[in-house]
This record gives sequence, C-alpha cells and structure tokens, in this order.
Amino acid sequence: MIAVNSTGGAMIEAKNLTKQYGKIKAVNNISFAVRHGEIFAFLGPNGAGKTTTIKMLTTLSKPTSGTMTLNGFDPVRNQAAARNSFGIVFQDPSLDEELTAYENMVLHGVLYNIPKPVQSQRIEMLLQLMQLWERKNDQVKKYSGGMKRRLEIARGLLHLPQILFLDEPTLGLDPQTRNLLWKHIRELNQKEGITVFLTTHIMEEAERVADTVAVIDHGEIIDRGSPRELAKRTGASSLEEAFLSLTGKTIRDEGPETFRQMAGQFLRRKRLK
Amino acid sequence: MKVIYILWLRQLKRYFRSKSRIIGALGQPLLFLFALGFGFGPVFEQAGEGNYLQFLVPGIIAMSILFTSMFNGIEIIWDRQFGFLKETLVAPVSRVNIMLGRTLGGATVAIFQGIIILAISILIGFRFVSPAGLPLALLFMFLIALLFTALGTAIASVLEDMHGFQLIMNFLVMPLFFLSGALFPIENLPAGVNALVQLNPLSYGVDGLRGSLIGLFQLGLLTNIAVLVSCGLVLVTIGAYLFSRIEV
Repeated sequence: MIAVNSTGGAMIEAKNLTKQYGKIKAVNNISFAVRHGEIFAFLGPNGAGKTTTIKMLTTLSKPTSGTMTLNGFDPVRNQAAARNSFGIVFQDPSLDEELTAYENMVLHGVLYNIPKPVQSQRIEMLLQLMQLWERKNDQVKKYSGGMKRRLEIARGLLHLPQILFLDEPTLGLDPQTRNLLWKHIRELNQKEGITVFLTTHIMEEAERVADTVAVIDHGEIIDRGSPRELAKRTGASSLEEAFLSLTGKTIRDEGPETFRQMAGQFLRRKRLK
Repeated sequence: MKVIYILWLRQLKRYFRSKSRIIGALGQPLLFLFALGFGFGPVFEQAGEGNYLQFLVPGIIAMSILFTSMFNGIEIIWDRQFGFLKETLVAPVSRVNIMLGRTLGGATVAIFQGIIILAISILIGFRFVSPAGLPLALLFMFLIALLFTALGTAIASVLEDMHGFQLIMNFLVMPLFFLSGALFPIENLPAGVNALVQLNPLSYGVDGLRGSLIGLFQLGLLTNIAVLVSCGLVLVTIGAYLFSRIEV
C-alpha cells in the first residue's frame, strides 16, 4: 500500500540535521523544506554533504542529531512508511551486473510490490524510453557506462514514487539522453505530481528544471531560493556564476580562496539565519 | 514471500552464470579429496580403520559446503562495495526478509556445490550404504549450509570492506574445518582437541553426513540435528539483527 502524507505540509522536511563521522561534520545543522510537487535542486561542490543528506533522508544512514520527515513519516522511526514514499537513482552504480536489464527491473518491481501486469507494462515503457528494450536480455556487465546509467534511471522510475531522489542522475550521459531524461522527469512532475529532490554538478540542468535551489558547502546550507533569486542576490547572470560566487572557485576540500569570500559567506549565512 | 523468493533466485542465477566460480569453488575440496584420499588411504587401511575414501568423502562435502556458504554470506561486502546492497536496503520491505532470501539462496548454492562433490566422489569409487540415506544427507547439507551462510552474513554485516576476509578464512573457517573430524576420526583425540571438536557445530554436520552416507554416526543422529538446528536458528537471528542495522 502506498503511504500518503496526511499532513498536507512539506513532502520533505529537515530540521537541524547533523551527521558527524568522528570529528568531521559532513552535514552541519541544516534545515530545509520541499513542497509537494516541487523540483528541488540540492547543489554543492564535491564533499559538501549532498549525498550524506540523501542517505539520511532515504534511511541508509541515521543522523547524529536533528529531525526529518518524508511524506509526513520519520525515516528513523517509521522506516517502512518512509521507504514506501520514495524512489532513488543513486550516484554510484547499484545494479546487479550478473543479471540482465530486465531481471534487474523485475527484481525492483518485486521489492516495491508492483502488480505483475503493471510491472511488465511499465518495464517495457521505461526500457523503450531509455532505448534499452532491444538489449533487455543482455547481462548488465555487457552494457556501456551510459547504458548502465540509463538503466539505473529506468529502474528508479519504475514504481512511480511520490518523492524521487536523483543523486547526480546525468553523470556520464550524453546530451541527448540528458534532454530525454529531464523531459520525462518534468512530465512526471507535472502529470503525477511527483516531488523531485536532485543533486547535479551541471548548473544549466538545475537552472532549467528546478523550482528551488539550495546550495550546501562544508555541510552547511549557504543560500536558497529560485535560480533567478540566487542569481539576482549574487549579481550573477546565471546559476553557475551564482554558485561559484557562493562557493568559491577553489577545488573542494580546501577553504574559501580569499578573505573577501569568507566574509561574503559569513554575511550570507547571517542573512539566511 | 515474493521478496524472499526473488532474492533466492538472484543468488542461484548468479551462481549458474559464473562457470569460473563453480569450478573455482571445487578446486580446494577436490585437491583435499584426491591428495588425502589416495595419499593417506593405504596408511588408514593399515591402521585397521577401513577405506579412507569412504571416511573422507562426507568430510570433503562438508568442507565444500562450509567454504561456499561462508563465501555466499560474505558476498554482502561485495554488494556493499559495488552498490547493489543499497537497492535492497532502501526498498519498503523487511530487512529480515531480504536477509532470509539471500541466506536461503546462498545455502542452496552451497548444497549444489556439495552435490557436485558427491557426484565426483562416486565417479572415483565412493559408495554410499543405502539410497535411503540420501534424503538425510541432503537435510544435513541444508543445515550446514544455512548455519554457515547465516554466520557469513552476520560477519559481513559488520565488516566495511574485504580487508577482514583473509582474517576470517585463516582464523575461523580453516580451524572450523580442521577441528570438525572431517579428515580424521574423533574418538581417541587428546582431551583439549576433543573439547574443541565437540564445541564446533561443523563436527555435527560432518558426523550427520558420514552417518547418512556410510552409516557411521559417532555423535548421534538426533544430537547432530538438534545442535545444527539450534545453532542455525541462533545464527540466523543474529545475522538478521546485524543485517537490519547495516548503514551504508
């Protein structure tokens, strides 16, 4: 049975969420809410805390402190109901490469208790969409990197979740497939009202599809708003420029490049609070 | 039930599609069977203990099942490293069912491996006393396989990567095998070694297989079943608990 949000409030809500590994705070006291039917882009440099946040929201990891709800359910205390509410396309590969594409899809269908006739229909539709239908009986280990990624996406969409987590879904995809994917996600979002929580390093994608963007850096959310609002606030002409202005131009795992940037980040955080 | 079945089926498909894995897993048991079976056979007979091949085959079947079961349990580490584990952990199904599906699948694969060893043994001269003993032998194969797949699952649930694998092979699996009476009769052993053999659940599996295949029970049929069932239940429970707490 599909769990339904009874509160009518935010589909995803995090309050003072923190995840600490030893002395390192991967996620530091973040709070945000994602409305029903919203496409929410969670952006940040490598190691900023995006995947850790997704892991906590999707019950793969418990927070050190803070609370969260998913479709009204607590992913820590009510894992089954929370898991019933979402689908996910992971950043890293998560297919069984010894199985065929079709078998991977069927396995997912059984795990999500999709009735068999619906399952077969949707598997065909999604594999056709991702242009994998002709190779559905090939073992996944014989697929190219791009084909594996497309299969991961098809699998994530199989059970029509209420919330869809996409952790860098277009990594390794060509522009044609990326275009096809975002078109389909938009359609799902508009027709089925699916709430989308996505991370990506391709800023034009986020700019194109996201209603709201939150930027995370060093485990803290440093700004949020619509892509246009972010660009306006930072005086940038695009989301990418705004992102660089917010997070600096140094390669990650280093501190902000100049005192001016540090001061800028401090002031922005103050303003957000 | 559907979840248990599909995960059981997955293990079987992975096994039958990997010819190198099937052949590779036979290597060590066959080496023991040929080297020890034909090497020590004459000495064993001169000591008045009868045909060593007859004595050894049930032990080698148990060895094959032990190794394959532990390996299948530990496969969780691979799934954790190569990502598939996440797919099952975020699914809205009980983790106990996931663990059971995997464990039963791993146990079934181990039984197949045991059956292959039995078939090869028959080809080189092993004879079981009665066909009626075969279903009982299959029961013992299942109990050994379930117990050690669950043990492998429990261990793999707390291991982050493959670095601990060699440690487990050297300090757990090999001692379990050598102290099970698989290679030598357990009567007349020194008291300390005998105590270890009695504490080792695999001893009861080896004895059960030997009893059902060649009619030689040293620990008793019911004792063997009781020990294997109770140890199996405890390890499946511990494995399920630890599996349900996995974080990635």
